[in-house]
Formats: sequence, C-alpha cells, structure tokens
Amino acid sequence: MRSGAFFKKWGISYLFAAPYVILFLLFTVVPVLIAVGLSFTSYNMLQPPVWVGWANYVKLLFADDVFLIAVKNTFLFSAITGPVSYMLCLILAWFINELKPTVRTFLTLLFYAPSISGNVFMIWTILFSGDAYGWVNSVLIRLGIIYEPVRWLTNPDTLMCVTILVTLWMSLGTSFLAFIAGLQGIDDTLYEAGALDGIRNRWQELWFITLPAMRPQLMFGAIISITTSFAAGSNIVALVGFPSTDYAGHTVITHLMDYGNIRFEMGYASAIATLLFLVMLGTQQLVQRLLRKIG
Amino acid sequence: MGLPIYRKRVTRSSGGDVASLLMLVILGAFMALPMVYVISSAFKPLNELFLFPPRFFVRNPTLDNFKDLGILMAESWVPISRYLLNTVIITSVGTAGHVLFASLCAFAISKHRFPGSRVIFNLIVISLMFAPEVTAIPNYLTISYLGWIDSYRAVIIPAWASSLGLFLMKQFMDQMVPDSLLEAARIDGASEVQVFWQVAMPTVRPAWLTLIILSFQSLWGNTGSTFIYSENLKTLPYALNQIVAGGIARAGVGAAVALVMMIVPVTVFIVNQRSVVQTMGTSGLKE
Repeated sequence: MRSGAFFKKWGISYLFAAPYVILFLLFTVVPVLIAVGLSFTSYNMLQPPVWVGWANYVKLLFADDVFLIAVKNTFLFSAITGPVSYMLCLILAWFINELKPTVRTFLTLLFYAPSISGNVFMIWTILFSGDAYGWVNSVLIRLGIIYEPVRWLTNPDTLMCVTILVTLWMSLGTSFLAFIAGLQGIDDTLYEAGALDGIRNRWQELWFITLPAMRPQLMFGAIISITTSFAAGSNIVALVGFPSTDYAGHTVITHLMDYGNIRFEMGYASAIATLLFLVMLGTQQLVQRLLRKIG
Repeated sequence: MGLPIYRKRVTRSSGGDVASLLMLVILGAFMALPMVYVISSAFKPLNELFLFPPRFFVRNPTLDNFKDLGILMAESWVPISRYLLNTVIITSVGTAGHVLFASLCAFAISKHRFPGSRVIFNLIVISLMFAPEVTAIPNYLTISYLGWIDSYRAVIIPAWASSLGLFLMKQFMDQMVPDSLLEAARIDGASEVQVFWQVAMPTVRPAWLTLIILSFQSLWGNTGSTFIYSENLKTLPYALNQIVAGGIARAGVGAAVALVMMIVPVTVFIVNQRSVVQTMGTSGLKE
C-alpha cells in the first residue's frame, strides 16, 4: 500500500488513538524501561547516573537484610490478602446474587463502600488503639480475654495481622463488582438445564455451571486482586508508621519508598522496582494458567 | 419454601440458605461496623469521645465536631475554598480528559482495528498486572523534566492515560456496540467523528459513567503531595489530613472529616450503581 492510501485508510484511527497512546507510552511503558535502565546505575538525581552493572541487584539479594525481611513480609501479606480477598469477593458476590434486587443493591453498596472511601480506613487506628480507650482492647478486657491493653499497631507480633484485616476490609473493590456483574450475566436457562442434568446442590452448581460461565470475569478479577495485594505499602505506612517496629510491617513497596523518596538512591530503588515488576508479572501468568482449569 | 428475601431456585436447600445468610450477616457486620463507628463518632460530644470504657454508639449526638471543623477551616492560612477549588479543578479536568481520550482510543481499537491496535491493547492489559508504584521514580523524573512540578498538570495529565478505564471501555464497545449500527451511520454520510460522538458514545453510556466514577474516586482522594508544593495549589484531602494530623485533640474533627470525604464518592456510586455493574459485566478477559 502506498503511504498516501495507508494514511487515508487509517489516518483517522491513529488520530483518535494518538492522545491516549502517547500519554500511555509516556507515563506507563517508557517508565518501565527507564526503571530497568536505571537499575544498573548509581543515581542520586543531582549527578548524572553512573553505570554499575549488576551491583545493585547483588547488594539487594545478598547484602540487604532489611530487603529480605521486606520480601518475606510481602509474600506473607500477598499470599493471605490476595487469595482471601479474591474468595471473599467471589463468595459475597455469589451470596448477594441470590437475594432480592433491593437487598442486593444495599449490600453491594455496603461491601463496596470501604474501598472507595479514601482515608476512612484510618478509623481502624482508633478501634485498635494501643491503650485501654481503644475499642478492641476495651471489649477484650471486659470479656476477660486479655488483662492489659495490647499495643496492636506497634507490637511486631500483632501489627501485620491488623494490617491484613484492614486490607481485607477495603479489598471488595473492582473485582467484587466484576463478579456481581458476571453472575448477573449468566443465562438462567443454564441453571434449569443443569438441574435436569442432575445437579443436586448449590456447590455442584457453582463448580460446574456458575464458575465456568463467569470465567472471563474471574480472570479479570484475579489480575486486579493480585496487583492490589502486591501493591500494599502506603496504607500499611499510614497504619503502623515508618519504619514499623522491627520492620514487622516492612514490604517491598515501603523498601522502595525508603530508597526512592527518602534516601534518593534512585538506581537501587529502580532495582527493587524492576524485581517487583518481574515477580508481579510472573505471579499473574501462573494464576491465569490455574484459572483456566476451573470447572 | 425458603427465606423470604431469597429468590427461589430448584437446587437450593433451606439449610444452605440459612447458613449462607448467617455468613452474610457476620461478614456484613465486619464491613459495616467501622463505617457505623465513623458516623457515630462524628456526632459524639467531647465527653463521649474520651469516655472510659469507650462506647460504640453516640448517646447525645451533636454537631460540635462539624462546627470545630468549620472554625479550623476558617482559621487556615489559605482559605479552605481554595483547597476545594483545587480538588474540583483536578477532579473535573482529569476526569473529563480521561473519559474523552480513553473513549476515542477504545473506539479506534475496538471498531477500526488499525494496524498496531492489538499490540497497544496487550500492553494495556499487561499494565493492569503491575502496581503503579513500580513506575513512580521514572514518572517523577519525566514530570520534572517536562517542568510540570508544582502545577495541576503533574496530577491531571498522567490521570488521562489510566489503563483500567480504557480496558473497560474497549471491552464494553466490543460487546455492546454492533458494527452494523456504525456502518449504517457511515452510509448515511456521517463523518467518523460524528459516528463516534453521536452513535457510539450514546450507546456506551454505562461505560463512560463507570469511567467517570473510577477516575473521580482516584482524583478526589488525591493529595497530590508528591508533585505539588505551593500551599495555594494543594488539594482538599491534603488540607483535611493536616487538620486530622493535629493528633488526639482532633479525634472528633477527624471523624467529621472522614465522613465529609466519604460522602461524595459514595453518593456518586449510589447514583450510578446500575451502570457500573453493567459495565463490569463486559470486563471479562478471553483466554
């Protein structure tokens, strides 16, 4: 095709796509490449970057004890919040779907609200306040389960549990809505046919009819849940402070913020970002493969 | 038989209905209690806020906390209306640009399938798979190179290219806008801009309402503090966070602030709930 004819056919399409695509490349694609490039340098934002080869990665993996704590915490945190929040989204969407429309609308709002309410999660710091004025402490003391107030958010043994709880509380977001929509989109005749074919109870129905029918939403929801669970950082800092006691709430993201925003070791911070990027994409691939086996 | 709030279905045992209802009540309480606590605390007078043992519900509701918030706002060095204006500008310009550019691009990808569109869409799906924190450092460098630091642009323009919005819009157009409809308009002599604006966009109303909500939510809560230093350009969430940061003495005001910040996005969602659920219905990923 001559370039004139090509432009005549596709010019308007490229014109339509251009503003978004240029910004997307500039703020999402190029930054990933820059991060990978910077990860092989030493860069403090004042002097030009200096090439250091694999030195950042070697230091990160073999000489940075705090990074290993962060990796351990991140895996623990995402291994719990990712799957649990995903199951919670699915089970609640499934329960809600059986209800009458008005009740369903109300409960959808109730479950979805925490994820869109911004800083409201900070109310948990009052509920879990470390003195006897904290609501949780007060109730547990009155019930005789504990005898003195627990410092929930500063005690390294408990602060991770509290952050996980709060994260789950605000995790019924986009995936949850996608599942509700997916369930509503399933044709009722599928269920009638299933009942004739010998589906006995709700669990068989869920596994053999519902889940396969909403597989596209399940895959979309998984992507969102995994990304969110690995991205935990700023909310944890808001709850338990930075650095948290004994680094008990330290994650890869907070480690990244430490080197990027506080120490200005941009090369090192970029190495952390690059590793996190690779781990997230790897996990996504693995989970997408698992989800294809449903039903 | 079965419980009155349930729709009837053959494969449902009443026992199972009761069990799942029980679980719904427990999880519902877990979700609702902190929200109720925020609302109840916002109306607590001082003597109830620091009561020992603490009480969950308010006894003598009062508007004192909201009055205190009003006084703190009036006393602030930069008038609170300025913070509100900043947030309104960032939210409205950011949301409008995002909806327009993402819809235009989604239309071209979904309906024109121009050479290269598959690559672009795959990149967008991949970008959903990693957290934006990964690109925070290069983004800061880019924005400072462009000279956008300490201006609205630093927050608004990157928000135009958010990937979730484009993804949802493209999936919705794939499934909800028949090619024949567009073809009919073209035969009637409509230009491609008219086809997009007068035929496609009215058809995908639920999708752009959803984009508005998602973009609104993220920009409304944006403190912008990474990029914006001048006090008179800072946002409402930033200013309100500063008020709450006053510590224990601001506990009641803090609850009032939380309530104020929460009401807006929740209301926007309530109004558009049906559209959002409809849009999410097309969000699925094909294997």
